[in-house]
Amino acid sequence: MTFPSRAPEPYGQGGGSANLADILERVLDKGLVIAGDIRINLLDIELLTIKLRLIVASVDKAKEMGIDWWETDPMLSSRARREELTRENAELRARIAALDEGRPESEALLDGRGRSRAEPSLEQSESERERSRPREEES
Amino acid sequence: MTGLRYVYAVCRPFGGALKAQLTGVAGAPPKLLPHHDLIAVVSEVPERDFAEGPLKAHLEDLDWLAATARGHQGVIDALTAVTTPLPLRLGTVFRDDSGVRVMMEAREDAFRRSLDRLEGRVEWGVKVYLDAEAAEAARAAEADRPQERAASGRDYLRQRRMRSRSHEEMWQKAEAFSSRLHETLSGRAEDFRLHPPQNPTLSGSAGRNVLNAAYLVPRGSSEEFVEAVDRTKDDAPGLRVELTGPWAAYSFTEEHEKAEEHEKAEEHEKAEETAKSEEPEEEDA
Repeated sequence: MTFPSRAPEPYGQGGGSANLADILERVLDKGLVIAGDIRINLLDIELLTIKLRLIVASVDKAKEMGIDWWETDPMLSSRARREELTRENAELRARIAALDEGRPESEALLDGRGRSRAEPSLEQSESERERSRPREEES
Repeated sequence: MTGLRYVYAVCRPFGGALKAQLTGVAGAPPKLLPHHDLIAVVSEVPERDFAEGPLKAHLEDLDWLAATARGHQGVIDALTAVTTPLPLRLGTVFRDDSGVRVMMEAREDAFRRSLDRLEGRVEWGVKVYLDAEAAEAARAAEADRPQERAASGRDYLRQRRMRSRSHEEMWQKAEAFSSRLHETLSGRAEDFRLHPPQNPTLSGSAGRNVLNAAYLVPRGSSEEFVEAVDRTKDDAPGLRVELTGPWAAYSFTEEHEKAEEHEKAEEHEKAEETAKSEEPEEEDA
């Protein structure tokens, strides 16, 4: 028996060298289930690594098993969004602290530079400070 | 050495030959075990690895599992090149050939029905990813000019809000694109399955998986199907369409029982309707 028509060449990474996640998804979660002499229920495997279960388990099964990676995704979960806000808050505080510290630091830097040049005037060092501050903030 | 029998698939006798150097799980070459007009594709596996205890332990080992999964898929893939196999799930193991035969005897009618249903069909996997970089770029462009620093905490939070809004828009676009794509492709397929999105940390793919679908397509229409997927690829900036296959019809092995139940339920409904001689419902039209 032969085929009426040949299938196109394998696409993407299909075939022998396919992406492991694609292969595992199919051989562990799809495919016909037949109870053999060796009794293995793939869902009874205790560890099978948490990562792996994420793809082999359906969403409902995963929930039953307490897998909830999507709940830490800000786009999928409001709890994660709250957590992201907390993180932003911390970021913001850090930034404010950095800004507060930035002023004396830039002055100290200018002073140091000023001394290395031959006695700069007060105006020069003032204007230099104005220019240099935004530049530093960018970095 | 006592070996167990690992069963990969059931199929009908086929003309083409499998690759001579083809090896399956545990490195053994697959062999064909005929039973009536069906064939079980099996290989010998060592009891020390595939008896219940060791097998359970091995399944916890991602490296072992990966190698075994590739061995399994390698044989299924080779079969797909020469026939239409009914792929079994990983880890279907019997004591000996006669155990396999007993199983074949008990299930041969169901196997024949499934093989008839899948004959000449392959499975194509289509995934849509929200490209992380493009999403990020869109966010940055929409948020505000990058030079403009937040002058105050309030400004900063306002900028964040704008960014997350454009993030949501990106997500909605991705979903709209995915449903359109799915509509197009399911129209070209005999059947489909929508699988849960893959987790990027395991698949190693960049971006977020929005759609993870499998389509059952006759080999004869596969080229058109692939072209249809290709045509959509440039449609949506920031989204990536990934096509894999042709696979054996892994995702469609179980359909028969469900379809049968569905048919029975429909027949039952029809019978009731006829008895009551009421107008047929829309679904029957």
